[in-house]
Amino acid sequence: MARPTSSHSKPGRTLLLLLALILALAGTMFLQKAYTPKLGLDLAGGTTVTLSPVTQTGAAPPEEILDRAVNIIRDRVNGTGISDAEVAKSGDNIIISIPGVGQSEAIKLVATTAELRFRQVLWMEMTQLGQEQLATEAPTPSGSASPGVSSSPGASPDASPDATPASPDASPDATPTTTVQPRSMPSRSPGGNQPSASPTGKALSSALTSPVPSPSQTARQGDDRQGDDKQGDKQGDQKGDQKGDQKAATPTPEPSQDPNAGINTDGVDPAVLKQFHALDCTDPKNRGQGVQDDPNKQYAACESDGSFKYILDVAKVVGTDIDTATSGVQQGSTEWVVQLDFKSKGATEWSKLTSAAFNSQEPRNKVAVVLDGVVITAPNIISPIPGGRAEITGGFDQQSAGELAEQLKYGALPLKFERSSIDTVSSTLGQDQLEGGLVSGIIGLALVVVYCLLYYRGLGIVAVLSLVVASILTYTAVVVLGHNAGFRLSLPHIIGLVVSIGITADSFIVYFERIRDEMKEGRRSLRAAVEVAWVRARRTILIADAVMFIAAVVLYLLAVGGVAGFAFAMGLTTLIDIVVVFMFTKPFIALLARVKFFAKGHPLSGLDAERMSLDSSTGSGHKTTPQEA
Amino acid sequence: MGLGRRLYRGEIDVDFVGKWRLWYSLSGILLAISIAGLLINGLNLGVEFKGGSVFSWQPKTTVGIEQVRETFLDEGVHQPIVQTAGERYRVTTETLPESKTLELQSVIAKEYGVTVDDVNIQSIGASWGGEVSTKAWWGLAVFMVAIILYLSMAFEPKMALAAIVALIHDLVITAGIYAWSGFEVTPATLLGFLTILGYSLYDAVVVFDMIKEVTAKLGATSKQTYSMAANDALNHTLIRSLNTSLVAILPVAAILFIGTTVLGAGTLKDLSLALFVGMIVGTYSSICVATPLLVTLKEREPRYQAIARRLASTGGGKGAKGSKGSRSAATAKG
Repeated sequence: MARPTSSHSKPGRTLLLLLALILALAGTMFLQKAYTPKLGLDLAGGTTVTLSPVTQTGAAPPEEILDRAVNIIRDRVNGTGISDAEVAKSGDNIIISIPGVGQSEAIKLVATTAELRFRQVLWMEMTQLGQEQLATEAPTPSGSASPGVSSSPGASPDASPDATPASPDASPDATPTTTVQPRSMPSRSPGGNQPSASPTGKALSSALTSPVPSPSQTARQGDDRQGDDKQGDKQGDQKGDQKGDQKAATPTPEPSQDPNAGINTDGVDPAVLKQFHALDCTDPKNRGQGVQDDPNKQYAACESDGSFKYILDVAKVVGTDIDTATSGVQQGSTEWVVQLDFKSKGATEWSKLTSAAFNSQEPRNKVAVVLDGVVITAPNIISPIPGGRAEITGGFDQQSAGELAEQLKYGALPLKFERSSIDTVSSTLGQDQLEGGLVSGIIGLALVVVYCLLYYRGLGIVAVLSLVVASILTYTAVVVLGHNAGFRLSLPHIIGLVVSIGITADSFIVYFERIRDEMKEGRRSLRAAVEVAWVRARRTILIADAVMFIAAVVLYLLAVGGVAGFAFAMGLTTLIDIVVVFMFTKPFIALLARVKFFAKGHPLSGLDAERMSLDSSTGSGHKTTPQEA
Repeated sequence: MGLGRRLYRGEIDVDFVGKWRLWYSLSGILLAISIAGLLINGLNLGVEFKGGSVFSWQPKTTVGIEQVRETFLDEGVHQPIVQTAGERYRVTTETLPESKTLELQSVIAKEYGVTVDDVNIQSIGASWGGEVSTKAWWGLAVFMVAIILYLSMAFEPKMALAAIVALIHDLVITAGIYAWSGFEVTPATLLGFLTILGYSLYDAVVVFDMIKEVTAKLGATSKQTYSMAANDALNHTLIRSLNTSLVAILPVAAILFIGTTVLGAGTLKDLSLALFVGMIVGTYSSICVATPLLVTLKEREPRYQAIARRLASTGGGKGAKGSKGSRSAATAKG
């Protein structure tokens, strides 16, 4: 809020402050080369995407599940409520409309499931891809288990880089016969007969410290099952002190060549072990969205860039345990991270999970962060983490960290979707409506100007200039918010803004009528009246604006969609009203009061005796003022 | 002195509070008519609230948006929303009966040189339905409670009550006009209602602020009843109320005029009509509903009853409802 005290004595300084504010907004506009507001769906058109639910059975999902998905998608696409995006059901499909062209990327992220799970690592191996990456890149310091992680963890398969030129086509879902994870396997890779680029079998610890490419790395076809695992033997004697062994460790069912050599199978579900061997992380299909893992089962998964594959314990902490998620830069580094705050139950589980990992040996001292079935990072746990907070690192940039945080904050979608159509659509309103609205709005404001000048004469200039300042502030604020916060104007917004600017004149009227009261008492100079009247007018204006502001805040926080967006605009104009009155109208009138033309009550000033109801025979015949009542 | 000059000088003395019976009857009738309209006709909700159908096809020749709109209007569709999606046209209509849908399909096929099968028809759910509406209602409810609390603190509970009643009064009457006229309620209309909500309260707050200031001076020996003082305050802010309303209504009237005469049906008309009606009703209610209601509530308080009784017995005033109250007070003084 402005500073009434400084304007009391130094109107010039307050006006300069306002000028600085306007220049700052305008400067931002020029720096960002953004001169026009961002327009909403009705005015600018946008991108419309149809999402079709993908269910296991192919049957239509239950209505309430679909409704839940609609709500989550709406929150994700328009969580701030000011982007003017719309989400509607269409039969079993969901139609998302986002204003502006080229938004398909944004919609893609909106439609990802974002099922987050924390699982303790039971075993991990570097893949051929990881070897190649290590060969070309400098090894990352140990402690991070994710060298060269792709920057879009939630991206769908077609966005993932296909780093293996010789990558074979996905075989027609030769789904493993095991049914340990019935929901997780439909898009799973080649079965045992086609393990294209086979796992490297490189033990993790050495992978982290000595990035020697395995000699056995070529894309192989046929029945050559597993690469040798010599280094892995070192870990064969690992003690099974993990907490992950609910199930008895069973010997591997593989009769011929033991693929499990060197793997610490202690506590590992044999079926999952089998899946682990079958899992081909070089195939981008296994690293994309939509691998729905059962949180109550162990799970074999790939790292999002395909460099590692894992056997993971049951999920001890899941997405619904998250209270809020934010993105930010990790302290003391430049890496973008997603910060999580768990709910109380989640905090307890998280603490238990990290303690368990801390007390385990390599590689079971890691906790994998699994998003939509893919490991986005699996850091070493270097101490138990109480307190219910966690940070996810995973090679994020600002955008991807922000997007993941948004997805996690609003929860996972209860369904998997595929995009069945993407259209760029035109505006729903003709250009005539926008032009008509603007032209008539300007005509209306011009009428206001004429009226103010006729009625308030010289002082009407203050009212008119107040309107001009309010218009400038509104325009620049809307442009800056449009380009920095995604605020988009639909036609109702524009009309609302025009009307609000008109209402700004009201604050001037309230103030002016107060000045007149003070003058009527006949014992004050204009300069004194301006100050005394201000104290009383200020209270009225603040209470009235507070009411508007409460309306705006409550509706913004509680409503969704277009209502929230409109409430935002309402709050914005209320703030602008206060800024204009405190920083322009008041100090400007105070300045004018020093000018002889106004101070002496020239007939054209609007402050003449006639206007002020001051008859020459002072005091007689004039109406009772409230002050005398 | 002529009315214009008296207005200019701010010398108005109308006994608004004393005519409370007239206002209450007038508002009562308006409310009854509005509620009847809402019950009998209901609101004509737009496709955004109810869902509807989407027709899409790719015309063989280039056609304009207007031409497509005309086609649908001619077939009796109320407010078709016409969009282009690449080469295709995409028209959203209200939910149509099966026969009408098929008829439209063949009309489109004939007029745009495509086969009937090329015209794709899809049902679409409400983009403003369900959750959006539910949450808006919740927001409204919480907002009312928040405002009552705030005004109770800033002013007093009775003022809060009177302001909220006036607000509901404005919203119901505006909605009633939509019910009787059958104008479509679109999201734009809804946003117009929201603007009224803020505007109506804003107006009432400015009036109440003055009433609070004036009536604070009332004591056991004062020459005015609460009614008289409130009426004085009302007259005192009348210039402001009228000026403010005029200043706010001028742009809206301009938009309504252009929206209906030049452009015809569309967002502009939907929005500005709601605003126009709401602002007029809002101005009326802050003067003729909120204040008399406040006076009715306040005159029941023993301290103001005592003043009224004393003034009635001494002939210094004219009873609790204070007709001509302010004038007699002024005479007594001057």
